[in-house]
Amino acid sequence: MLEIEIDGKTLQVADGSTIIEAAHQLGTYIPHFCYHKKLSIAANCRMCLVQVEKAPKPMPACATPVTNGMKVFTHSELAVNAQKGVMEFLLINHPLDCPICDQGGECQLQDLAVGYGESASQYQEEKRVVPDKDLGPLVSTDMTRCINCTRCIRFTAEIAGFMELGQSYRGERAEVMPFIGKTVDTELSGNIIDLCPVGALTSKPFRFSARTWELSRRKSVSPHDGLGSNLIVQTKHDKVMRVLPLENEDVNECWLTDKERFSYQGLSSAERLTKPMVKQGGEWKEVDWSVALDYAAHALRDVAKTHGGAAIGGLLSPHATLEEMYLAQKLLRGLGSENIDFRLRHSDFSADGKRKGTPWLGMKITDIGRLDRVLVVGSFLRKDHPLIAQRLRQSAKRGAQISVLHSADDDLLIKLAARAIAAPSQLPAMLAQVVKAVCAIKGVAADTAVAGVTVSADAQAIAESLASGSSAGVLLGNFAQQHPQAATLQVLAGQLAATLGGRYGFLGEAANSVGGYVAKAVPGAAGLNAAAMLKDPRQAYVVVGAEPELDCADGAQALASLTKAAAVVVLSPFKSQAMLDYAAVLLPVSPFSETSGTFVNTEGRVQSFYAAAKPLGETRPAWKVLRVLGNLLDLSGFAFNSSEEVRAEALGGQPEFVSSLDNGIDGGTLNLTASAQSLERVADVPIHFADSLVRRASALQQAADSAAPTARMNAATLAKCGLASGDKARVGAGGTATMTLPAQLDVGLPDGVVRIAAAHADTLALGAMSSVLSVEKA
Amino acid sequence: MALIDTINPLLTTGWSKGDAGWSLKDYEARGGYAQLKRILASKMSQDDLIAEVKKSVLRGRGGAGFPTGLKWSFMPKAAPEKYVVCNTDEGEPGTFKDRDLMRFDPHSVIEGMIIAAYAVGAKLGYNYIHGEIFDMYQRFEEALDQARAAGYLGNNILGSDFSFDLFAHHGWGAYICGEETGLLESIEGKKGQPRYKPPFPANFGLYGKPTTINNTETFAAIPFILGMGGEAYLNLGKPNNGGTKLFSVSGHVNRPGNYEVPMGTPFAKLLEMAGGMRGGRKLKAVIPGGSSAPVLPADLMMECTMDYDSIAKAGSMLGSGAVIVMDETVCMVKALERLSYFYFEESCGQCTPCREGSGWLYRVVHRIEHGQGRPEDLDLLNRVTDNMMGKTICALADAAAFPVRSFIKHFKSEFEYHIEHKKCLVDPEVQRAGSGFFKAGAA
Repeated sequence: MLEIEIDGKTLQVADGSTIIEAAHQLGTYIPHFCYHKKLSIAANCRMCLVQVEKAPKPMPACATPVTNGMKVFTHSELAVNAQKGVMEFLLINHPLDCPICDQGGECQLQDLAVGYGESASQYQEEKRVVPDKDLGPLVSTDMTRCINCTRCIRFTAEIAGFMELGQSYRGERAEVMPFIGKTVDTELSGNIIDLCPVGALTSKPFRFSARTWELSRRKSVSPHDGLGSNLIVQTKHDKVMRVLPLENEDVNECWLTDKERFSYQGLSSAERLTKPMVKQGGEWKEVDWSVALDYAAHALRDVAKTHGGAAIGGLLSPHATLEEMYLAQKLLRGLGSENIDFRLRHSDFSADGKRKGTPWLGMKITDIGRLDRVLVVGSFLRKDHPLIAQRLRQSAKRGAQISVLHSADDDLLIKLAARAIAAPSQLPAMLAQVVKAVCAIKGVAADTAVAGVTVSADAQAIAESLASGSSAGVLLGNFAQQHPQAATLQVLAGQLAATLGGRYGFLGEAANSVGGYVAKAVPGAAGLNAAAMLKDPRQAYVVVGAEPELDCADGAQALASLTKAAAVVVLSPFKSQAMLDYAAVLLPVSPFSETSGTFVNTEGRVQSFYAAAKPLGETRPAWKVLRVLGNLLDLSGFAFNSSEEVRAEALGGQPEFVSSLDNGIDGGTLNLTASAQSLERVADVPIHFADSLVRRASALQQAADSAAPTARMNAATLAKCGLASGDKARVGAGGTATMTLPAQLDVGLPDGVVRIAAAHADTLALGAMSSVLSVEKA
Repeated sequence: MALIDTINPLLTTGWSKGDAGWSLKDYEARGGYAQLKRILASKMSQDDLIAEVKKSVLRGRGGAGFPTGLKWSFMPKAAPEKYVVCNTDEGEPGTFKDRDLMRFDPHSVIEGMIIAAYAVGAKLGYNYIHGEIFDMYQRFEEALDQARAAGYLGNNILGSDFSFDLFAHHGWGAYICGEETGLLESIEGKKGQPRYKPPFPANFGLYGKPTTINNTETFAAIPFILGMGGEAYLNLGKPNNGGTKLFSVSGHVNRPGNYEVPMGTPFAKLLEMAGGMRGGRKLKAVIPGGSSAPVLPADLMMECTMDYDSIAKAGSMLGSGAVIVMDETVCMVKALERLSYFYFEESCGQCTPCREGSGWLYRVVHRIEHGQGRPEDLDLLNRVTDNMMGKTICALADAAAFPVRSFIKHFKSEFEYHIEHKKCLVDPEVQRAGSGFFKAGAA
């Protein structure tokens, strides 16, 4: 510890602290622009100049390390004169167009100019004008306002992992710009809007739509991936105008993914369902809530009476709130059905009934950063979990070794220690090889099922990396969880972690992937899981928040089964043509922004939130709709007055973390027999198509990550199919369904694999995410 | 002619044959690489070697004048990877000594660098040569090939257990890349922008490894120091200002060029060696150490001797030894305008005060020169320079400010005349005559 005196106040700070960190510890504000606690130190804006005893000139507080006994003066004449001098320089070429600047009212330059600027400038010369840049559909630029603090540049290089922005030219002509003809395409690009201390980078979707002081603010929680990023939802007249990160070092730090930041545009999509609707004689009619609820209750009661409760299936979105899932399963069970599931994209349910508890990350999110050896199994990590990828990126920079075992070698923008890329059917065997190799290194006997595999060089390299550290972790991604042998992968991951003395867990697919288990939204002993209830069509379905044709492992099958069903009751914030085709009744329910609720994130953290805006039109919170449905069906235990009461019953209290977390499987068996098929499908869920809200976010749909699906193959597979990149490929999925997609070279894929995105209307007809395809030149 | 005049030549001993005397055999013929051989044969200790350089009080010839031996001693002994870097990014207006060193005697630089690498334990070195002297870069590459072929570079140099290799790297002409950390960034392939210090290169240099970086002339002096002994070298000059130094004399003298003289040689002597004032005109002002050094008026300058301490005492800097001589035909406002334009053009744009201030200074000086000055402008210029000096990562802001302040300080009346009368105090005809391009009075 070092002792430092700042403005006469003494304090102890950790070795290596800078003056600005020490000042913050004391609550003393030092004006700054380029400094940001998450970014490297640039020391270029010079706004944080302070006086340091014995130093001949003012020192930048952001870059000057504290020495023992140092005396700092942040408000001395020398310091303030230096700060005022810098402010004058910052303003001479700044356009001072605050009245037409979106940053007005929340601008660091504007704020500090009040404290350190003069009311008139002695600068009488012409001001600089800088051409604007096209950074894509999300970030708007007014580069003349730029003060060249380089925060955005450092963000893309250090946090997002690829330096998409740079400073060209020099001196007064210096300009921040992307590569020529390129935009900023990282899945984290929106953060540069927050980082920009002036109005140079602003939100394109939000542009000119409101002033910051007109907006109401509510804390909320992201409804997208399993991280559960904390949000500030900003509304004007009950319309969500903007979403910003709420800093939570344990969860999202100060970042948001673009999906979380811009998905709010989907909330005001033209496809919002705003009135209850029922289908009568093949015609859709808008009706009152009472009519629609009666209609739904009758339909379900009739099916239950005629065919038994088991004829009803419940498909719940993993993005639904804990309260919604809890009430939905209660409703279905009340009707006598155990066919309830929220794991819509899963295809292996063999661990059901053997789980010791709720599957989860296996550690706290912050623990990820403490692992020194990590194996990520079956994950499109950068797109599925951008902020966890970001944490691993920083870990790798600190010296952690990250390895990947997957069916696609996408650039994670993380320095990898080792990788093994294999066709989906070979992933379990590949992981078994790693287990065997680690056992050999550790001198432990391997599971007999594993002992038979031959260890490849890639698996050996992963094993050596994992075994060389002191704190290992194995993370199973979405692809591993959706894999047809997901349970085998899990058992192997468990064995691997146990051998290494490390931890393993799941990267939560969706906002409530843990919460679904907690809410009991999984089939009971006699019930059918998501795949089974679609494979074996039910008479009736209750769909909560999901679009099964896009959200299920086999969208085509889901669509067929729903279409066949006698009654489909849909609770959704949106309507779609598919829904209008298969549903009998559409109940408009609130998206996350218009209801109170709870998401349990991937580490088991219980995060509740209130509605940020009034429900649109006649929309009602889904928990209320389900409660009333329960009442109408005369089911007991539906007397809830608030979502908090539902939560209390579901969780048995209000814990910070749920208590049932356990990744263990009793008697888990290994199935390593799968042989490689020719042309296995690798299906990713593109980041902007993963759920019904983001699919309708207009700006995100124009982003680079929203490109139309293609049939991606490596060079050998392309050649085998007689294709060149860019050719039209006819893709068949066994049955009669074929479709034409552009073929695209993807050098990161293994042989015999075709990568075609799921969750997309264009590829829906291909059916199961995991399947064998035929590909030929169209 | 390569060499015009000199006193006590060391660095310039090989220059007399001009372009015919640079190659390895010429260098060896005049005793080149003898010191390297001696050091390797005797297995001289690194500490003894550094002590010898310290004794010489060789001060960095790039401009800052930091004692070279002391700099070398900062290098951490235990570090496994270290670099030696030579700064031949001679960008300071008025300076052209390193260009001639590289042209006429590149092997002295190579030998100096090998010895430096031996002293600090580096295995790799780079010589960063500014892009405008591409010919010198090519010659240096040739010299490196010769040295490599002769076994002076590479593994186990001359059969010893010391290995070192050296590469040439050329820049593209950015002044800021002459700042040592900007230069390191540039070698790394990044935009040439100075780094915040600390950490200094001796701890965190090229590719984050301990690095010794010296000027070309500094390295070139090393073999001579070891040849004659540190003390003898020091005694060539005056106390605290050891040895000889190259001065690039330019401007209104009869024989502009490089002159090697012992430290402490009177300026008057140097001026005389350079053939005196052109056309017999009167000396008006001298910038004694490159364009960023404060200008000194004739009377002050004539009392100076050419060494760090004397020039500093007079209120300027010896800098890189670029002596810019101005006679009575010079309009000081116009001269400053040109200098200010240079710094405006060359600021890297990183730090606010320099990025914004260098342009402000230039525009105001430009305005004064063009008859649009305002009475408050001189105070404004002083205030702006106040806000620039010492407020930035590197010294470029200071370099932009020093000329402005010194020109105004010593030649205030000329600026005031300009502002008041919207024209030069020095008659344009006289200026034109002095420029050397026009003959006075000719139609």
